[in-house]
Amino acid sequence: MAQIRVERLRKAFHDFVAVQNSTFTIENGTFFVMLGPSGCGKTTTLRMIAGLELPSEGRILLEGEDVTFLRAAERDIAFVFQLFALYPHMNVADNIGFPLKCQGVAREEIRKQVTEAARLLRIEHLLSRKVSNLSGGDRQRVALGRAIVRRPEAFLMDEPLGALDAELRRDMSEELRNLHDRIEATTVYVTHDQLEAMSMADRIAVMNHGFVEQIGSPQEIYDLPATVFVADFVGSPPMNFIPFEGRLARADRAVQPGEASVAIPEARENGASPSLVLGVRPEHVTFSDASAIRGRVFGAEYLGTTQIVTVDTERGQIKARLPSLLRVRAGETVGLAFKSESLIVFDGASGRAMRSALHEGRAHG
Amino acid sequence: MAEIALKGVSKRFGDIEAVHDLSLEIAAGEFVVLLGPTGAGKTTTLRLIAGLEKPDRGAVAIEGRDVTKEPPAARDVAFVFQQYSLYPHLSVYDNLAFPLRAPSRKIPEAEIRKRVRDIAELLRIAGKLDNRATRLSGGEMQRVAIGRALVRRPAVYLMDEPLSSLDAKLRADLRLELKRIQGELGATMLYVTHDQIEAMTMASRIGVIRNGNLIQIGTPREIYESPNDVYVATRLGSPQINLIPADLAPESATPPGARTIGVRTEHLEITRPNGGLVGKVHRVEHLGDQNHVHIDFRGRSLVTLADPHRPLGAGEEVGLALIAPLFFDAAGRRLRQATE
Repeated sequence: MAQIRVERLRKAFHDFVAVQNSTFTIENGTFFVMLGPSGCGKTTTLRMIAGLELPSEGRILLEGEDVTFLRAAERDIAFVFQLFALYPHMNVADNIGFPLKCQGVAREEIRKQVTEAARLLRIEHLLSRKVSNLSGGDRQRVALGRAIVRRPEAFLMDEPLGALDAELRRDMSEELRNLHDRIEATTVYVTHDQLEAMSMADRIAVMNHGFVEQIGSPQEIYDLPATVFVADFVGSPPMNFIPFEGRLARADRAVQPGEASVAIPEARENGASPSLVLGVRPEHVTFSDASAIRGRVFGAEYLGTTQIVTVDTERGQIKARLPSLLRVRAGETVGLAFKSESLIVFDGASGRAMRSALHEGRAHG
Repeated sequence: MAEIALKGVSKRFGDIEAVHDLSLEIAAGEFVVLLGPTGAGKTTTLRLIAGLEKPDRGAVAIEGRDVTKEPPAARDVAFVFQQYSLYPHLSVYDNLAFPLRAPSRKIPEAEIRKRVRDIAELLRIAGKLDNRATRLSGGEMQRVAIGRALVRRPAVYLMDEPLSSLDAKLRADLRLELKRIQGELGATMLYVTHDQIEAMTMASRIGVIRNGNLIQIGTPREIYESPNDVYVATRLGSPQINLIPADLAPESATPPGARTIGVRTEHLEITRPNGGLVGKVHRVEHLGDQNHVHIDFRGRSLVTLADPHRPLGAGEEVGLALIAPLFFDAAGRRLRQATE
């Protein structure tokens, strides 16, 4: 199992820069997710780690060894694609054993390895079946089996569940994570689905326009987003953003978006820009008759345990996640209060989160 | 009066009975969502109402009039499909005006202009009316497709997973928009989806459908809080309801005949180990606003929500208290307590 290190990695296709100057380390045994919208450079980065693309600049180290210019086959890693390419004329066991057969491994050894992989994936009962008769989930399990059987240093996965329907996706993502817990191989996983990233990852790299915007544990990314982009991309519904004119100075403990003053975690830096954005997660919004921030309820979306209430205010729509026991009527006027100790202020020009007391005493990466 | 009434409708394709003896009444202004997996019979039900399929048995009525034998054009319905089919060579305006320009309608151009403008305002695409349909984003195209259904003002709107081809953020926006538009127009809508979030957030009533049978119909709250059987219970709720064999927790006060205990996150309280039921934390999933805690309980895995800032770690032993869980019998039917 291996540590993967990416140094000043850059990739340009003609005029288009897909990946810009990325540096990060994926520690041995980590489940590392690269998350971002389409075109953010996550798949290109993965393909460079795999050896399917050559970088324009920078280098890639696998367990300390420079593999930047090694061919894919010379790197000890397994790639799992979104579309499971299985050999339709072979049965499950032969599909899983195929990479070993190509390496000239003895037949008895192949049988042993295939059985072991099938056991890990819990598909032992399918080994003699034709792959063409399998369900989508089982086909993807066989594709994973083919990756596992090689016992590679690392697994690279490019939206491996993207082709499956929602329910199966959820089951498979849990299975994949459990599999990782059993074999503990370094895994780099690419997805645009923030929930999948949050539920599976040890660490997440959020990417946008070829840049890594932030790397951290799911909880860090969620609680302390480094930029407006990250705060908007992670979380459903996303963070509420309230733009306003104003300056922030070190030791400030409140901001003035409009008439109301809102308490915030104590600022730890001076802001340069005259415009700011207050960021509030929906679960940190409550109704309060005493609050000066008023709005009209636009609609409520029932979700079982909780509901999402959308409120039209002078500063735009604000979404609140509230217990579903609370009865809410569209059209009624409500006051909104924010949970001060969780608020984030962003610089309006750069979109960067300003440092505050909230950032202290938390692990960083 | 019911805008849509299905009475004992069945439809078979070869060996498969796609819809079985289905009866359903939808009142004027209601937003009914049929929820079920692929192949449950949702789309067939819509097509039977639209007249795109003929039922083998039963009757379909729209606005009190039996339309079972009428062709689609004679029924006052609009259908929105999963894949938006716009005319690529026409502008957004002309795409929206198209259904009004049918020769049989004889609507004056001034009236068409007014209706198209109104609908475009409602859908917030008024600024795009002169654009070619192909020069729109996915979300805008789907709004135009929905607009084309709305502009005709039919008695009922039938929608077949109209949001499923959009990305997550757009889907969330359009969910709320569609609900608002439906409310403002007072439209009667039958909407089918396999997405429980869409069903819960938009529906006045949800009909849960499985293998061609309508199993339960009720408000989202009724379906979530008071499912009639195990299957319905598993359709709504995230994380999914935990199902525990009743003999695995003999300590809990199960009613006679109970074989399965259904435990939603709000039925499960995590406490310090206190001599009652005990489980062991297997993994904590950080989903940001909430944590999914996976707990090993007597060889079963339970998933429940926990406060993200409550320190729970893998391997930790926790006490488990069941608070008014749901009970099901051997056939999966709900056992209701005498107090209910």
